[in-house]
Amino acid sequence: MSILVNSETRVVVQGITGREGTFHTRQCVEYGTNVVAGVTPGKGGQNMDQIPVFDTVGQAVQNEGANASLIFVPPPFAGDAILEAAHAGIEVVVCITEGLPTIDMVKVKDTLAGMDTKLVGPNCPGVITPGECKMGIMPGFIHKEGSVGVISRSGTLTYEAVGQLTEMGIGQSTCIGIGGDPVIGSTFLDLLKLFGEDDDTEAVVLIGEIGGSAEEEAAEYIKKHYKKPVVSFIAGQTAPPGKRMGHAGAIIAGGKGTAAEKVAALEEAGVTVSSSPAEIGSAVAQVLGR
Amino acid sequence: MKVHEYQAKELLKQYGVPVPEGGVATTSEAAATIAESIGTKVVVKAQIHAGGRGKAGGVKLVDTPAEAAEVADSLLGKTLVTYQTGPGGSVVNQVLVEGAVAIASELYLGMVIDRATERVVVMACTEGGVEIETVAAETPEKILKEFADPNMGLMPYQARNLAFGLGLKDKTASAAASFILKLYRLFVDKDCSIAEINPLITTEDGAVIALDAKLNFDDNALYRQEAVTELRDLGEEEPLEIEASEHGLSYIKLDGNVGCMVNGAGLAMATMDIIKLAGGEPANFLDVGGGAKEESVTNAFKIILADDNVKAVLVNIFGGIVRCDIVAQGVINAAKALDLKTPVIVRLEGTNADEGMRLIDESGLKFETAKGLKAAAEKSVAAATAVGGE
Repeated sequence: MSILVNSETRVVVQGITGREGTFHTRQCVEYGTNVVAGVTPGKGGQNMDQIPVFDTVGQAVQNEGANASLIFVPPPFAGDAILEAAHAGIEVVVCITEGLPTIDMVKVKDTLAGMDTKLVGPNCPGVITPGECKMGIMPGFIHKEGSVGVISRSGTLTYEAVGQLTEMGIGQSTCIGIGGDPVIGSTFLDLLKLFGEDDDTEAVVLIGEIGGSAEEEAAEYIKKHYKKPVVSFIAGQTAPPGKRMGHAGAIIAGGKGTAAEKVAALEEAGVTVSSSPAEIGSAVAQVLGR
Repeated sequence: MKVHEYQAKELLKQYGVPVPEGGVATTSEAAATIAESIGTKVVVKAQIHAGGRGKAGGVKLVDTPAEAAEVADSLLGKTLVTYQTGPGGSVVNQVLVEGAVAIASELYLGMVIDRATERVVVMACTEGGVEIETVAAETPEKILKEFADPNMGLMPYQARNLAFGLGLKDKTASAAASFILKLYRLFVDKDCSIAEINPLITTEDGAVIALDAKLNFDDNALYRQEAVTELRDLGEEEPLEIEASEHGLSYIKLDGNVGCMVNGAGLAMATMDIIKLAGGEPANFLDVGGGAKEESVTNAFKIILADDNVKAVLVNIFGGIVRCDIVAQGVINAAKALDLKTPVIVRLEGTNADEGMRLIDESGLKFETAKGLKAAAEKSVAAATAVGGE
């Protein structure tokens, strides 16, 4: 079991004929992801490898039964692509695109609020359910089937944590990179809830970073409602205030959003917080008694 | 992206937001001419991006054009150190000369995208002219807030709520509501990330004026904000950070001596953290990006080593899309091209890591390799300490 995606997921790739879209579609297919369609407006009727390309997401849903979308279109068009997928009835939308203007995401999120579609990203590595479905740009081979859920604001730091888990023989149910922008689709809170309801997820790893208050909100929810063990690491303990650390969302502004505040809130909620990024895997092993 | 106060006020004017009469000068003669044409007492304000100018002596009220010239002369070309600039300070290249305004009350107005509600929040407060963070910490109930509907925008009733909530009356209240709506329009049109008017002042005759103005812009939206992009002042930015961004690298200079080259922002921050845990201090944040090529690795090395404080470099790559063998080749090329003397510790993991490590081992160059994040950090700190003689 898993959350968001599994071996039944039928993926459409928006922007499949672009350089990034083509490259990563091939990687996903190689991993075993069921990519049933692609969309590039104006290129309907063509094929990318053996995958049929359509002009609209609606056509991909109608003809191929697509129920999840992976987006690689450039930033000026990404907000449009997300809403196209949502309005076509796609259940899970994963937007890899980096560089969406924040105000665009504010509008997109407001529109999605009344819909059933779950958005992951933008500016994220995507979602993977090991052994079943890879919808994203992460290296598939570092993952292993298992029962630990991983949620992270970062890309390569997620790989680092997953690599440590796999090395210790601890597999993952589903791993999600939620992205490093100020306004994103699914949050820590949304995904903690899904993992909470997933019978095959035993524990959750939550990798946060400086900026915003998403970790604090997650901590409050964990404290009140969560039964499963949670292990965390917060990146940016040494980051200076006022400097944007790569991610648009990773900035300590007006004295808020520091790693210390987040660690304190999580520990207060009973979360095991690893002070070292090298010990995330061993902290999970300890919590699981392995 | 940040802009100067005078640039922010130009934009405010374009949107019909009242600002004091004034102009920007780069010479003392020009400052005198502007003061002359205003014809009243003027305020001469140093133009640097950092706040805290007043306390640092960068803002002065004068009576005559001759005094304006004198003050301009004392500021132009000088380095102003405020609590926000850091000890190095910022060089003043322009001064804003503005007519002094008789103030009836000082208020605060700010707009940002609130991450928790995912909306633009408009904040207003009667405590103008002071640090809003202090007010937020000590008396949060004094900050009035209205959240703009993402698709409808800020509504007139919300602007009225704020204006009347501030205790304003009659003509002043309606001028304030109009001010707020116009500033919101600018915020959205120009893709601002912060708009702050502190102080926002009222006058006895019912006017509402932006005495100071700070605008920051969303870097992700600059592709559609040509006019805003032209306002960028490279003189206000760290030269190495500018060079890095030209090569598609994200670099931030810090004060330590262990240089870091990492792929991905989260892992780059985590690498800084583990260096600190190992007893060292990171010299920088550097993300080589998702599509690191040999060339970007070479450029990254040049930038890291341009900082004289760097005594050792830790290369920490977790290959996803990035192939470790390509990074390894980049590291080897850079070491040869730059005739590298600084110790380099290499840790490669993920896609083609074994191949990458083999290239490093067989290069015949003096690299140290490490397995795992912890060992890599410890070796780097040890190398930096040995060289630095600390």
